[in-house]
Parts: sequence; structure tokens; C-alpha cells
Amino acid sequence: MKKICLTVVGLYVFMFAGFGQKTPADTTYKSRKLTFEEANLVSSYYKQDGNNSAVTGGIGTEKLTDIANVIDVKLYKWDKKDRKQSIDIEVGIDHYTSASSDRVDLKNNSSASSADTRIYPSINWTRENEKKGTTIGAGIALSSEYDYQSIGVNVNFSKKTNNRSGEFTAKAQAYLDKVSLILPVELRPPGSPVRDDEYQNYPKTSRNSYSGSFSYTQIINQRLQIGFLLDVIYQQGYLSLPFHRVYFADNSVHQENLPDTRMKIPLGLRANYFIGDKIILRSYYRYYKDDWGLSAHTFNLETPIKITPFLSISPFYRYYNQTAAKYFAPYRVHTATKEFYTSNYDVSKFSSNFYGAGFRIAPPKGVFGMKRWNMLELRYGHYTRTTGMSSDIVSLNLKFK
Amino acid sequence: MAFVVIAFTVGSCTTVKEYQKSRLNDSEMVLSPRKIEKTEISFHTYREGASGANGGKGGGGCGCN
Repeated sequence: MKKICLTVVGLYVFMFAGFGQKTPADTTYKSRKLTFEEANLVSSYYKQDGNNSAVTGGIGTEKLTDIANVIDVKLYKWDKKDRKQSIDIEVGIDHYTSASSDRVDLKNNSSASSADTRIYPSINWTRENEKKGTTIGAGIALSSEYDYQSIGVNVNFSKKTNNRSGEFTAKAQAYLDKVSLILPVELRPPGSPVRDDEYQNYPKTSRNSYSGSFSYTQIINQRLQIGFLLDVIYQQGYLSLPFHRVYFADNSVHQENLPDTRMKIPLGLRANYFIGDKIILRSYYRYYKDDWGLSAHTFNLETPIKITPFLSISPFYRYYNQTAAKYFAPYRVHTATKEFYTSNYDVSKFSSNFYGAGFRIAPPKGVFGMKRWNMLELRYGHYTRTTGMSSDIVSLNLKFK
Repeated sequence: MAFVVIAFTVGSCTTVKEYQKSRLNDSEMVLSPRKIEKTEISFHTYREGASGANGGKGGGGCGCN
């Protein structure tokens, strides 16, 4: 925990050091030097509880807390051909405690897996040609946690329409992940590491995700803009989690077993509308389908209300509904006749409601009179699932320019 | 039906000049998810079977789906 605090402080220092490179806003001057554009800090606290943990076969506590901090710094410069080159550097650190993960070895508060820290830095570069209306970009992302490591790469291309009111974007991403095979303690073969903190000794296997994302945004008029989104995602490798238990009808215990490929196709639509001068409607709908038999609908509506031009309150509501994956069954329902099985309620049939509100201030003279502190936003949300799980999340976004 | 609505909506769009974009350029009008939603999207990805088509990841990079 001490390490995390020091890292966060270090990132703050790095972020503020970037302010030294700030140049005055000037529409005619285009800096050839790398210049600070903005920095964002997003922090959140998440807490959940429920009684359907996959670690204990679909029964048992799902109690979990997570503290997340993400800092990103955006720098830019104009090159000799008058193209804007941007670099976005992001570092995220999550620390979680999980009562269910602590049950991998069936002794409460005894295993290293009861808490973990995930660190995920990334860097993205884009080059925008305003004359041609094109943008190209590439990025790399890393992620490391106790039993999971990942390397991600992406490339993207955008092209605006001639009248600049529409934009098409295509993005290709690949994540090459490694999963440590930490089995529930009673299923470990003889000679396996006994203590969870001997994770270096666990065998690893791969899980790869490849995706193509396509979007088209269009300005309809002075108040309305819409966007269509389509992802095609293919996953391959070890897609189960090794410490998820499944209890069969005969009370025998097994390790979750899922197919080694998964194809997902989500299709989304966004529409934002400015009503009068004070209210914005932000809407989002997504239809999702995959080849595990799971389909889902997501509907989200947020309505920022501008109390003043610089202060707004944003109530929001999100409804989500999914069918079960064909490999899901609850505790002690699966039988040995099935090849694939899981008791993870995250892929069961359920619907969920998520609602809350945000508060945002962005005064022209800066937050609390601090000119470089451009914006402060605080947001709270409460989530309930028909399986009985519920959670709360508080998020904070500070923006510096 | 959806395609008819989409075709009609896109077909009815008008050219908006830069000086007419004050509302469209409002920071709360951006079509992508806002920064503060980042961790919310992560937890939805963990706790729900569906993911993607929201500007984030559709899988990979963490021990979720």
C-alpha cells in the first residue's frame, strides 16, 4: 500500500512538472516543441457484495473493494508539415481486496490472493492532418497483476468527411495475455506450490484477444450528433479462470472449463442532444451477441443540467439485461455429461440497474481560483443485479490544463 | 426498422459551420465516454458478460472476460 501511495505521489510530481511546458493559448501560434496539453487524474473507490462467488462454485461471498487511480498526461507538437502530433501517457494502479479470491485455498485471510495490485501503463501516439481530415495512431499497453500479465498493441485510422461533419474511425487491437494456473487448493496435483505467494512457480498459459473496432460519427445539426460503433472481438486460449470451482450434482468439485475460443460482436449507438441552453441528453444503446450463447442489451441515459455555464449536475441511469451463456449452471446442477461448465454468475441470466449522479465544476478562472486546475468532477453510482449482487462506486476526475 | 430510422436521421443532417458549433463543442456533448466513466466501464466489463462498442476494451488486459 505504501508503494502505491509513493507511486501516486510520484505521478503527481511528473504531472505538475509537465505544466512548466505550458504555452499561452494562441490560435495563430503552433508550437514545434513538445507542449503540455492537459492532464487528468481519475480516482475511484468501488465496493461490492453478493452471495454467488465463482471461486466457491456459485455460492459464498462476493465481497470486494477496489481503489483505482489513473493518471494520463497529453502532450502535443506541430511538425514541419503542419500536422498535430500527440502523445498520451497513462498509468493506472488498482488495489483490490477480495473475500472470494481469498477462498482459493479455503482459509480466510490467509492467502496472498486475498488482495492484489494491478499496474497498467500505456502510451499512445496520434498524428492529425487537419487539411486532409485524417488521423493515424498507434499505442502499446502493459498490465501486470499477481496472476495475470498482458501486452496490448493497437493501430488506428480516422478520416473526416469533406464538410467535416462526419468521421469514420477504424482501430485494430491485440492483447497477448499470460494467466498463471493457480488452481483451488484441493485440485492441485501433487508437487504443486502450496503457498499462493509462490506464484512464480505456477505454470502459465496464454489468452489472446484480437479486435477490430469501427465507428462513424455524424453531426446532424447544431444540437444533435450521433455515433455508430461496431466491434468484432475474437478471443483464443485459456478463457476460464483456473481458480473458479464448479460443484457437480454428485457434489464432486471441478475446475471451471470453458471453450478456448470466443467470438463477440457488440453494436452500439450514441446520440447526444442539447435541449435549450441548459440540458444535454446523452444516450447510448448497445446490442451484444457472442458464440457462447450470451446476448445482451444495454441502455444508458445521462442528463447533464447546467446550473450555470460552469457548473452542472448529471443524473444518470443504465439498464442492462443479458441471457445466460450456455455453459452456465448454478451450484450442484452441472453433471459429468457436459464438456464445458461454469458457475460464474457474471455469465448467468440477469438484469441490472445502475443509477446515480455527477457534479462538475469548470470555472473560467480555475477551480478554487487555481488557473491550471481546469475542472473537478465527482460522481456516485449504485448498481444492483437481479442475482442479488450490489455495488457502489465513487469516482473523482481532476483535469489540469 | 432501425436502419430506416438511421438512414432518415443521417439523411436529414445539415452542414454546421465552425461558429455554429458552440453547443456541439461543449465538453459534455462528446460522443465518447467521459474520463470519469473509465473505472465504471471497467467494473461493468468484470461483472457482466457483454463488453465492447463503448470505446474501451472488449476483452484482454486483465483477468476479466
